Amino acid sequence: MMHEFYFAWTGWLPEAIQTTSWIVIKIMAILLPLMLCVAYFTFAERKVIGYMQTRVGPNRVGPKGWLQPIADALKLLMKEIIIPTKSNKFLFLIAPILSLAPALAAWAVMPFTDFLVLADIDASLLYVLALTSMGVYGVIIAGWASNSKYAFLGAMRSAAQIVAYEIAMGFALVGVLMVAGSLNLREIVLHQSGGFWQWYFLPLFPLFIVYFISGVAETNRAPFDVAEGESEIVAGFHVEYSGMAFAVFFLAEYANMLLIAALTVLMFLGGWLPPVDVAPFIWMPPLFWFGIKTAFVAFFFLWFRATFPRYRYDQIMRLGWKVLIPVTLVWIAVIGLGKFYTPFGYIFQ
Amino acid sequence: MRLLQIVNAGKQLYKTFSLQELRKGLGVTGRQLFRKKTTIMYPEEKTPKSPRFRGLHALRRYANGEERCIACKLCEAVCPALAITIDSEEREDGTRRTTRYDIDLFKCVYCGFCEEACPVDAIVMTDIHEFHMEENHECIIDKQRLLELGDMHEKEIAAARKQDAPYR
Repeated sequence: MMHEFYFAWTGWLPEAIQTTSWIVIKIMAILLPLMLCVAYFTFAERKVIGYMQTRVGPNRVGPKGWLQPIADALKLLMKEIIIPTKSNKFLFLIAPILSLAPALAAWAVMPFTDFLVLADIDASLLYVLALTSMGVYGVIIAGWASNSKYAFLGAMRSAAQIVAYEIAMGFALVGVLMVAGSLNLREIVLHQSGGFWQWYFLPLFPLFIVYFISGVAETNRAPFDVAEGESEIVAGFHVEYSGMAFAVFFLAEYANMLLIAALTVLMFLGGWLPPVDVAPFIWMPPLFWFGIKTAFVAFFFLWFRATFPRYRYDQIMRLGWKVLIPVTLVWIAVIGLGKFYTPFGYIFQ
Repeated sequence: MRLLQIVNAGKQLYKTFSLQELRKGLGVTGRQLFRKKTTIMYPEEKTPKSPRFRGLHALRRYANGEERCIACKLCEAVCPALAITIDSEEREDGTRRTTRYDIDLFKCVYCGFCEEACPVDAIVMTDIHEFHMEENHECIIDKQRLLELGDMHEKEIAAARKQDAPYR
């Protein structure tokens, strides 16, 4: 409806401009709130970790520190972007874009509510999986183009880790699509309707845990942050970056975290659906439920960072290959047997 | 024996896969989240300072306005960082006084030995710790500045000495 309204309103423009501007408006409608969320997610991180260390966190800029992310963004915008002399300049500058673009593009298929979805494509789960794997290119290229030992080591670590956890993550999603019988995120959520006991985190509990752990590893967050391991390799793949180029990596990391949180909500926690289909819960708008669940899951990223010490590199590899992948494989077999060889369908359903 | 091993292995397996240790850790940080915060809001709130606090230096005077320092150079000798430089001459009334008393604040390690060495309580360390220099040469504070500091903060200095006197 908004689509027709917009085209009637701008009827005097040539059609090409109309279409382009409409696409730009749609992109902005997702990206601007997302960027705001990312900015305040960084603020939330500093506050939450502060509180967990019995500190109060940033509280100087603006009332109670609420303008802190704006101040940080301004600072990074003003700073100079230093390009190392012996770096590959083209790749050095394209790397942050390569890491941010997939993190943002994946939001295109995100069903915020039943109707609020930009591109309701059939294989949206596959699309998301493909794009989140793209992020590793930004990291590898950044590490290589910097022509710095620390950056290169960080990039190598990160690449190996992301590739390893990609598999466990993919298998966890196989479980979801076996149960839902669809690759469309909207349909996966709609299959979970009818109260929280229908959400997939119950029958797929091991996969839920594996998916979230892999998600933490995918985004290079503590306790899997060997890629930037401050105490060993300074900042890993982005040591040589400064100013806005660094800020773009930063944005990508936090946008990815929110993406993983949102995907966890869609696939295991019933997306925009209320936990119980009774009076006070169904009055709330679906977007509220989606937001609150995503915030809840995203909180765990911060909680983990405040709690767990960094894994040693070989432990990360062991966990990825020898624990998470076998667990997912076993549970896929359990679901398969339950779904196709018992009269109950998969468990609990 | 064999059974015990199997049971223990089973226990270990349960412990690992129920993420027991991780949940325990999360519990600890989760509890901290709601604890009262211990942050001191620094420029508005300050922690109490001991009367023995060793901050910026000052030179004191007697009540009649006579400067205490007699240029014995004990402080210069004891200073482990060689931060103090003293020149002295005989004054018209025949007493020995300093003509130059410089402290290099960049060399100074704020150990307080100069204060301990001083036989007449002339050089003291005040409790001022919020000071800064804007230019390089400002790190050296001379006799005039030290005396000014002493005059400005005499009340606080005397109070702190008095409070600590029983333990000296």
